[in-house]
Amino acid sequence: MIDIGLGHYLTLGAIIFSLGIIGIFLNRKNIIVILMSVELILLAVNINLISFSIFSGDILGQIFTMLILTVAAAEAAIGLAIIVVFYRNKGSIRVEDIHEMKG
Amino acid sequence: MTYNLNILLPEIFLSISIFLILMVGVFFKKSYNLVTNLSLIALVILIVIILNTESTSVKIFTDSFIRDGYAKFIKILIIISTIFILLSSQVFIKDNNIAKFEYPIIILLSILGMFFMVSSNDLILFYLGLELQSLSLYVLAAIDRDNTRSTESGVKYFVLSALSSGLLLYGCSLLYGFTGSTNFDIISNSLNTSSVGSIFAMVFILVGLAFKVSAVPFHMWTPDVYEGSPTSITNFFSAAPKVAGLAVLIRFMQTPFENILVEWQTIIIFISIASMILGAVAAIGQNNIKRLMAYSSIGHIGYALAGVATGTDSGYMSSIVYITIYIVMSIGMFACIFLMKKNGKYTEKIYDLSGISKKHPLVAISFLIILFSLAGIPPLGGFFAKFYVFMTVIENGMYFLAIVGLLTTVISAFYYLRIIKIIYFDEFAGSFDRIRNFSITGTIFLSCILLATFFLYPSTLNNIVSLVFTS
Repeated sequence: MIDIGLGHYLTLGAIIFSLGIIGIFLNRKNIIVILMSVELILLAVNINLISFSIFSGDILGQIFTMLILTVAAAEAAIGLAIIVVFYRNKGSIRVEDIHEMKG
Repeated sequence: MTYNLNILLPEIFLSISIFLILMVGVFFKKSYNLVTNLSLIALVILIVIILNTESTSVKIFTDSFIRDGYAKFIKILIIISTIFILLSSQVFIKDNNIAKFEYPIIILLSILGMFFMVSSNDLILFYLGLELQSLSLYVLAAIDRDNTRSTESGVKYFVLSALSSGLLLYGCSLLYGFTGSTNFDIISNSLNTSSVGSIFAMVFILVGLAFKVSAVPFHMWTPDVYEGSPTSITNFFSAAPKVAGLAVLIRFMQTPFENILVEWQTIIIFISIASMILGAVAAIGQNNIKRLMAYSSIGHIGYALAGVATGTDSGYMSSIVYITIYIVMSIGMFACIFLMKKNGKYTEKIYDLSGISKKHPLVAISFLIILFSLAGIPPLGGFFAKFYVFMTVIENGMYFLAIVGLLTTVISAFYYLRIIKIIYFDEFAGSFDRIRNFSITGTIFLSCILLATFFLYPSTLNNIVSLVFTS
């Protein structure tokens, strides 16, 4: 049996965080995937905060996590709403089709 | 435990008035005008409330909320700029069918977010304020929902801003982990330069803040969002969120990162130089005046950050003075852009300004004053703003920053002067529609008067700001 310590949780958080960042930049297909990547980033932050909170015995991190969950939900709602409006105008939510303005 | 809720009075008043105005908007038909007027009244009352509170520094709610003279000044600046933006954009809003009652309410909500941001003394409150502000701004960017460009700019702003909030939050979580608290004072006491983790956290937080003030290398959203969103929203984007972002940046330098200022400074110097150069160079080839204003705002944020980079109180003061004068110029400039209406359609092309001095001498002279001021030509206000910033930069021995700043000022003067040349010396290319509106002309007049007569009382603004910093 190996002991799972703070370092393991932080590594997991860092991996999920990097996946989120890479997902935003490498994704060339669909805006919904970008939305999912943003959620991944927030999830990584939550893992970080909760593990810090547990290992330091301080409750504040868990409170912060609850607030972040709320904000993440609001952000997803607004993001989806904007994507729906965009789809109505453009008829597509492919990332390549977001090119009206350049320069 | 009892708290003196009077300290929170401006925020409480603003929240309650948002709910009441929202109800008015829902239950009355065609309520846009009513809601706008109520919002303006609420903002004016808010100024009175804020002016009546004391300026001594007080912290409440387990030291998570701070009320001091600095936050008061920034809040009043945000409110006054919003009032002028709302007043001057009414004609534009009605002509472009974006007169929905949600419009002023969402602006009020974003102001509430900024209020919490500038008077936060805790990472949690700071993050919540920042998100309230940015969530409202996403909606505002896409408010013209039948317009492809507006919705596209909303999508772009949403994706990039959500990414930057995520980075900032990751920094906050690391900071909490390494210091064991979210309170700025405790963070400040337990941070020192030897800890690599805290520097890591600081970089992440700085990335998020630099995005909010659109500093290079996190500026990529600015030109597209400025161009795509309706001009009235662009006007708001270039004023209030910039002030709030810069104020929070200074707050972070003053309290939590006080002990690791040297590391923080190196990054800000780099960001400042990069913003000044990009703002000067990239704007040269632009034909769209909103896009040009976007690059110009990136450059101006670079100058404001040059003051912040010194890491001294006098540097912070010069930055606040700079951003105050910049807002006056930006609001005046956009009020002039609201007058660019040809054959019933609003135009954004710089070439549509060709030779308008022959037909509209007053509009031309307003453009002249504001553009000269943006370029920093004495004796206008913009010159004094740059003068104060570079004075403190030189006093602190950062000669390289000052030299780059002066060089980019000269380069950026080129594109401002090009517009003036187009207005005064090019072939006349059709006149603008006549817009008779007292609020637009009043805003332009006030902005031009303030900029043109600034040299008569150059120390007044400085004195107010230094009073605010010492309280």
